[in-house]
Amino acid sequence: MATATRDELVHMRGVCRRFGHVDALADLDLTVSVGSITVLLGPNGAGKTTAIRMITGALDPDAGEIRVFGVDPADHGQAVRERCGVVSAKPSLYDRLSGWDNLAYAAELYGLGRHADDRILDAAAQFGIQDSLDAQVGGYSTGMKTRLALARSVMHRPDLLLFDEPTSGLDPESSHAVLELIRDFAGGGSTVVMCTHLLLEAEGLADRVVVMEEGTDLIAGTPDELTERYWPGAVVRMDAERPEALDRLARREGVLAYERDGTAELQLDDLARIPDLVSELTADGVRLTRVEPRRPTLEDLYFAVRDGRAFAEGTRPAADDAGLTIEEVR
Amino acid sequence: MAAITASEVSATALPADSGHIDRARLWTVARTDLKQLIQAKDFWIPMLILGSIFFLFVPTVLLLAITRVGNVQVVEQLSTTLEVLPQKAQEAIQGDSDAGRAAYAMAVYLFAPVAIVVPLTISTAVGAATIVGEREKGTGEFLAHSPAAVREIYLGKLIASLVPGYLTTLLGFGVYSLVVNLIVGPDVGGWFFPTQEWWVLMFWVVPPFLALTLSLVLRLSARVKSTAAAQQASGLVTLPLIMVAYSQSTGALFGAGSASFVIGAVAWVIAIIGLSRGVRAVTRARLLGVADGI
Repeated sequence: MATATRDELVHMRGVCRRFGHVDALADLDLTVSVGSITVLLGPNGAGKTTAIRMITGALDPDAGEIRVFGVDPADHGQAVRERCGVVSAKPSLYDRLSGWDNLAYAAELYGLGRHADDRILDAAAQFGIQDSLDAQVGGYSTGMKTRLALARSVMHRPDLLLFDEPTSGLDPESSHAVLELIRDFAGGGSTVVMCTHLLLEAEGLADRVVVMEEGTDLIAGTPDELTERYWPGAVVRMDAERPEALDRLARREGVLAYERDGTAELQLDDLARIPDLVSELTADGVRLTRVEPRRPTLEDLYFAVRDGRAFAEGTRPAADDAGLTIEEVR
Repeated sequence: MAAITASEVSATALPADSGHIDRARLWTVARTDLKQLIQAKDFWIPMLILGSIFFLFVPTVLLLAITRVGNVQVVEQLSTTLEVLPQKAQEAIQGDSDAGRAAYAMAVYLFAPVAIVVPLTISTAVGAATIVGEREKGTGEFLAHSPAAVREIYLGKLIASLVPGYLTTLLGFGVYSLVVNLIVGPDVGGWFFPTQEWWVLMFWVVPPFLALTLSLVLRLSARVKSTAAAQQASGLVTLPLIMVAYSQSTGALFGAGSASFVIGAVAWVIAIIGLSRGVRAVTRARLLGVADGI
């Protein structure tokens, strides 16, 4: 069995966990490197929350190996949890208590001692809730509650931050603000694991993406690695005054795939073919209105993998590439 | 924030879980639960009313009826009833008149069960909601991810459930002592309450019964799906226990001093066994609500 390497803060191999007749995790492999932002991406029920719970040792696996900070959280749970900061999908706050009391409770459980008051004030200021600390949390807006939960998660200065759908229930503006705060926080060198089912949230935030489904990891890698492995080499979008005039491109040399649904999307063997294609169309009197080489978003990658487009001709990943085989893309 | 470096991941040797109970954390859990109870007026106002009814209003009305209204028929009936008490208890009854003796007997012997029913009722209500409540509110997730050990959480919640009931009982006991001495005292030659048996009852017999009951209630609270279910199940489980405690507390007052100590000692042993077994019912999986059977 593979063991955790020196820069792996979290190392999970073949982790399984069953609840009744449901496999919450089924052979999950997950690696989180020091100082990275890892996004667990997947639909509801994919096993993201269970994975977070395994990392802190809140749940034990039925099978598999877990190492966090180099130790097994099942045996070193307390020490691991002291170094983790968690924000769950529901903010997990005590509504009858004030914001201050919620933070003070965490400060005492995490043993901050005489530093508690200073840390509470620092964390509250960091997330812009210092003026609301005396109010009962039951009266907070959803956004305020999320900020309070975030403040609570970082107050003890954890080495590993685990955010489970931190923007759940927030309006777009608040979501954006929370993601900015996470980005700023991660910019300080902290290691972050964030779960989300919103692909846009992961875009631009993730150093590493793990797409999960039915309790297992479908694919994992940096956005660039995933693009290289699972996205056709060169994709260009084209449109014209008479879009049907573009259909002739489907038979041109170097065009691997052609699809037109409103605009035309071409998969080429090389982006260098674009000028020739444009010249040819122009010479034939086709008036182009759009020519746009396209870089895939995470959403494109996600659905490419799910829909099997990653298996398109010429796009199969190398079997020995970074240890990720085509068999792992289930 | 000082972020961890790669070399620190492997260089830092994290200690294994020791099973040691951190008292500061335990008290933090208890204090936070109690703070939430204090914020919940819808809980403590009925609790205060319950204690007032049992320790103030009912004794005041009954003892005044005996000593001041002078209803001869009632006093005679009570005097007859006193004859069924154990000889030792009859000998301990003080008072120059039938009314005084009847009031003394009522104050010292017949209200003993109140001292059991009130704390068990209140603490059961608190305890039943304590763990399932964390799960329902989603705060169980915070506790499960916190460094607090499950034993610290369990004991903290046990204390938080025990304190409201026992504190109400002690306060009620103080009020009751005042009422008894003011109303019955003049008929029996001065202030006489609490008697030795009541001291033993309050500080030796009641606490273990309370702890035993809560060990069962917390176990239920960890296992059921909702607070409503926990309240229902707790009622069923604690009712027989209340009846046992009721009879034993009465027996403790009627019997010799040694009987009270024996009853208390047996209750303590059973309570300690119940508590040590009860701690196993609280797991992080149950706090999260993902344990099998929840």
